[in-house]
Amino acid sequence: MKAVLRLAALSAWSRRLTLGLTLIAVMLATTLLLTVERIRVDARQSFAQSVSGVDLVVGARTGAVQLMLYAVFHSGAASNNIGWTSYQAIAGHPAVEWAVPLSLGDSHRGYAVLGTSPDYFRHFRFGEREALRFTVGGPFAGVFETVVGSEVAARLGYALGQEITLSHGFSEAGMSEHGDKPFRIVGILGATGTPVDRTVHVGLEAITALHLDWVGGAPMPGLNIPPQLVAKFDLQPKEITAALLGLKQRSDVFRMQRFVNEFRGEPLLAVLPGVALDELWQAIGVVENTLLAISALVVLVGLAGLTATLLAGLNERRRELAILRALGAGPRDLFLMLTAEGLLVTALGALLGLALTSLGSSLAAPWLLQRFGVVLGARLPGSGELELLGLVIATGLLAGLVPGWRAWRMSLADGLTPRL
Amino acid sequence: MLALKITDLVYRWPRQTTTCLDIPRFEAAQGERIFLHGPSGSGKSTLLGLLGGVATPETGRIELLGQDLTQLGSHARDRFRADHTGFLFQQFNLLPWLSALDNVLLPCTFSARRKLRAEPDSRSAAATLMAQLDLDAALWNKPAAELSVGQQQRLAAARAVIGHPEILIADEPTSALDAERQQIFIDLLLREAAAVGATLIFVSHDRRLAAHFDRAVALDEINRAGARASA
Repeated sequence: MKAVLRLAALSAWSRRLTLGLTLIAVMLATTLLLTVERIRVDARQSFAQSVSGVDLVVGARTGAVQLMLYAVFHSGAASNNIGWTSYQAIAGHPAVEWAVPLSLGDSHRGYAVLGTSPDYFRHFRFGEREALRFTVGGPFAGVFETVVGSEVAARLGYALGQEITLSHGFSEAGMSEHGDKPFRIVGILGATGTPVDRTVHVGLEAITALHLDWVGGAPMPGLNIPPQLVAKFDLQPKEITAALLGLKQRSDVFRMQRFVNEFRGEPLLAVLPGVALDELWQAIGVVENTLLAISALVVLVGLAGLTATLLAGLNERRRELAILRALGAGPRDLFLMLTAEGLLVTALGALLGLALTSLGSSLAAPWLLQRFGVVLGARLPGSGELELLGLVIATGLLAGLVPGWRAWRMSLADGLTPRL
Repeated sequence: MLALKITDLVYRWPRQTTTCLDIPRFEAAQGERIFLHGPSGSGKSTLLGLLGGVATPETGRIELLGQDLTQLGSHARDRFRADHTGFLFQQFNLLPWLSALDNVLLPCTFSARRKLRAEPDSRSAAATLMAQLDLDAALWNKPAAELSVGQQQRLAAARAVIGHPEILIADEPTSALDAERQQIFIDLLLREAAAVGATLIFVSHDRRLAAHFDRAVALDEINRAGARASA
């Protein structure tokens, strides 16, 4: 048997060009499959970690997914706001350690503007409870100061001290520019791979100040309050969009959730971010499963190519098989020889695919993070990847069984004289 | 002990009703050199398959060196073939991607017995054989595919006899050679068979070659099925 395997290797080597091409096909198919799996897992991870260390997200009563969408991903619009007094009542609850108000609705060149308090930079966590980090500068202090996310700064080429203007809503039209009240960039955040990167942060008071001379979503004609005068007004907001809560004890989370959900002043909703993110991911899951299914098909095509190559080569190797048979090889040996060849090519292709995936992802990691905010970890292959790799190799074994079985049948029919 | 003894052998191709071989009796003494001839389609290849143990008869016994092949399982028959029988075919006897030397050594990698019987060791035995067969040392490490037809057949002869198999079966080994080379090759094969004391069964449709052998047998004479078919 050892002799047969050695001959199988030498024979395969003599056909290295065709087998090499098949090997490359298997390798690329495996790379595609593993890359999709890796991005899927990492995207899910980045997604699930877009907010951490927050015990509850509070907003006006709506769906949990919708609340997460606007409060954390700053996408979509809130149907209703929370009154400032309600917020204060919740923030003052004895179980609450900290509360951060969020006010959304404005934008800057397509990026969401988040009105919040400087506490946001202290309490917000992402990933494995990582705190926000400033590349340069620090939190805003004055009303017309802003902190921009890493992607905003990189894409728009912003530097510290630069002045920018915000727009009302998400329209690009100059009509609804808050052009009279420019903001100075005082801080730029480091990349997080979360929606924070795509956000312009200002103080809650700034949101009020911007809209002092606005009524019903449009500037009031004839009324124009210049920035230097806004300090004379009461800038405390009347309402906010949502709030993030941190509790003194995590065990209080359901009690607190009930408190918010049954809040008497107005209909409110509190969700556990982890649960809601999972729910949200389920909705996106169809896409990732489709991607995975497509790459699995690509692998099947690659392995079908392998089977076809081995089967096509078998006819040319009929004499070879008859010679081996005369030397004492049994049909079983020939079966083994062909199957081993298929398995060898698949296993080698799969492992090279894994290597290529690892190399590719470590090379592409910085770019992916910057461009798409997907954090690709340089790490050992995950259990899902190993499972897929095992599946590829097992399927390769099955693909090799076909030519193996054919060689078996052939050797029985041919005996010592190949019929050509 | 006879080298070969066939008794009441009947063979039919799978899923066919007509009998292909019906040989009541056929024997070969040890060291005997037999010329077996018959027209193509007379069942020569089938008989060789039976002697090699890659096929089994419907009824009857095939004894090689006293061992009844029909009593052995397929794996044991494969082992028996590897250990005791050297085969030589018309052409394309070699694995084209293996060197000339490795081709000659093949039987020793399949059979520990033949490796053991190759004196003093398999490599030197192969070298001696190739030198005897006029194969230049420069050819030994070349891939078999690069050799001429004549060189390939001589290599095949060396491979058939390495490790002293008791039985040599040659199936039209000279058909790819011209008349002059046929003569030389047959002499060479007879000499090698004699040197290792092997029983040689040489199959051909060309009766002119019969003169070189101890005994000439027509397959039709011993095969009743063939006689019936031609009658």
